[in-house]
Amino acid sequence: MKEEIIISGFGGQGVLSMGKILAYAALMEGKEVTWMPAYGPEQRGGTANVTVIVSDDKISSPILSKYDTAIVLNQPSLDKFENKVKPGGTLIYDSFGILDKPKRKDIACYHINAMETAADLKMMKCFNMFVLGGLIKIHPIVSVEDVMKALRKSLPERHHHLLPMNEAAILKGMEIIVQE
Amino acid sequence: MGEEREVLLLKGNEAIAHAAIRCGCDGYFGYPITPQSEVLETLAALKPWETTGMVVLQAESEVASINMLYGAGGSGKRAMTSSSSPGVALMQEGIGYMAGAEVPGLIVNVQRGGPGLGTIQPSQSDYNQATRGGGNGDYNVIVLAPASVQEMADFVDLAFELAFRYRNPAMILSDGVIGQMMEKVVLPPYKPRRTEEEIAQECPWAANGHGLKNRKPNVITSLELESSVMEVRNLHLQEKYRQIAENEVRYEENGCDDCDYAIVAFGSAARISQKAVDTARKKGYKIGIFRPITLWPFPEKEIARLSEHVKGILVVEINAGQMVFDVRAAVNGRIPVEHFGRLGGIVPDPDEIVQALEERFIHRK
Repeated sequence: MKEEIIISGFGGQGVLSMGKILAYAALMEGKEVTWMPAYGPEQRGGTANVTVIVSDDKISSPILSKYDTAIVLNQPSLDKFENKVKPGGTLIYDSFGILDKPKRKDIACYHINAMETAADLKMMKCFNMFVLGGLIKIHPIVSVEDVMKALRKSLPERHHHLLPMNEAAILKGMEIIVQE
Repeated sequence: MGEEREVLLLKGNEAIAHAAIRCGCDGYFGYPITPQSEVLETLAALKPWETTGMVVLQAESEVASINMLYGAGGSGKRAMTSSSSPGVALMQEGIGYMAGAEVPGLIVNVQRGGPGLGTIQPSQSDYNQATRGGGNGDYNVIVLAPASVQEMADFVDLAFELAFRYRNPAMILSDGVIGQMMEKVVLPPYKPRRTEEEIAQECPWAANGHGLKNRKPNVITSLELESSVMEVRNLHLQEKYRQIAENEVRYEENGCDDCDYAIVAFGSAARISQKAVDTARKKGYKIGIFRPITLWPFPEKEIARLSEHVKGILVVEINAGQMVFDVRAAVNGRIPVEHFGRLGGIVPDPDEIVQALEERFIHRK
């Protein structure tokens, strides 16, 4: 198996950490992983994105031309990456702030109201985990258990009291993802 | 065996820092600059001065860092610095002094685009600077080009070994892609820092200020005003470089035995090119890839051999064409050698490389 993913949104939405948790969970399952961030000014307010590759075999390029799955959390990201999804691939978007919906018919499109749900539940800090939950619902690349293990390993201990809220966000995300 | 060999998920820059502590590094001197700041940050977080006794110091500038490295290396210590392109440009004087005085040390360059302050995005445009010495005078620095986070970790100890074996500065020439990406990595086992006695044994040339016992004072300098002596010293350096070129060439080949065309690429460009090769092979083109691991010494004999059985070579570099001249020199006109690269911090994607192969070779009439 090989899954080439781009996750893209505004700086501060937790795009890079979401990719890191996914990569960490895949590593725990014995997979090869590469996590390649767009670094620099993007991280601080513009669009931030990260490429995550999970594979059974050795990974060649950390830089990709096309992706199996694109997760886009704002309009500029949708505009940039819709055409870079491989035919038959998957596009996941958060409907919040998206005016022009995806147009392609040769890919599977899903939307997830992660932003609104996180705000309603007062769980904005876990926004990215709602999205991750949605991803692993439709593409079980890693298990919820391994995501939780990855969170436990990568979060500093002083944040461990937030683990249950993160788990709740992942489970909720699995419920609210909808195919178009 | 017995020691834990845990698989970690680290950035290339973080792997360098962990590996430095584990391979018995005595001192790190550096100054922050994107995209390599995680080296200094990770060392500061790991606090090796409390465990192995390794010194970690944020210097006031890159010029200070490299001169601290000169001093530490001159006393036989395993010392290193790291920076990114503009910072490494500032260090060139010190590196030249180290080469002239035969002082070992490790310089890590996590390259970004230039010239000048340029951009913070990845680039390989310091190839010429790294492989041609970089400062004044006839000298070479041993240059290793990692293509993965694992190699970032593995090359730290290798670079120190080579630097001390040949009393010469060694460089790890990485870039923003390899420095910033995270991959699985197994760190090298712990190796104790050398004791003063061991240093005295292994580095009889070191000037460590510990007094004299039956020997003349050791002098570490690159200055020699008597030309006849200076020529002898230069000839000695050239003989040393010849030995390094003879013994230390490292490279990796994949699919070169049965290919029509080959890509030659190093570091991150080699990783990206590998995917381009996979795509090209799916399209039915027989493409191989040759990756120099040491950029100096350059694998010229091996590339000459490659040129005897392929129809053309595409050199893929994230620069305007630098290594391509070394490849052309090795090929010596036998077959066409073309270059493909992107500039200014743009990293080529695999499909662009396939397209370049098609345009420059496969579909060329």
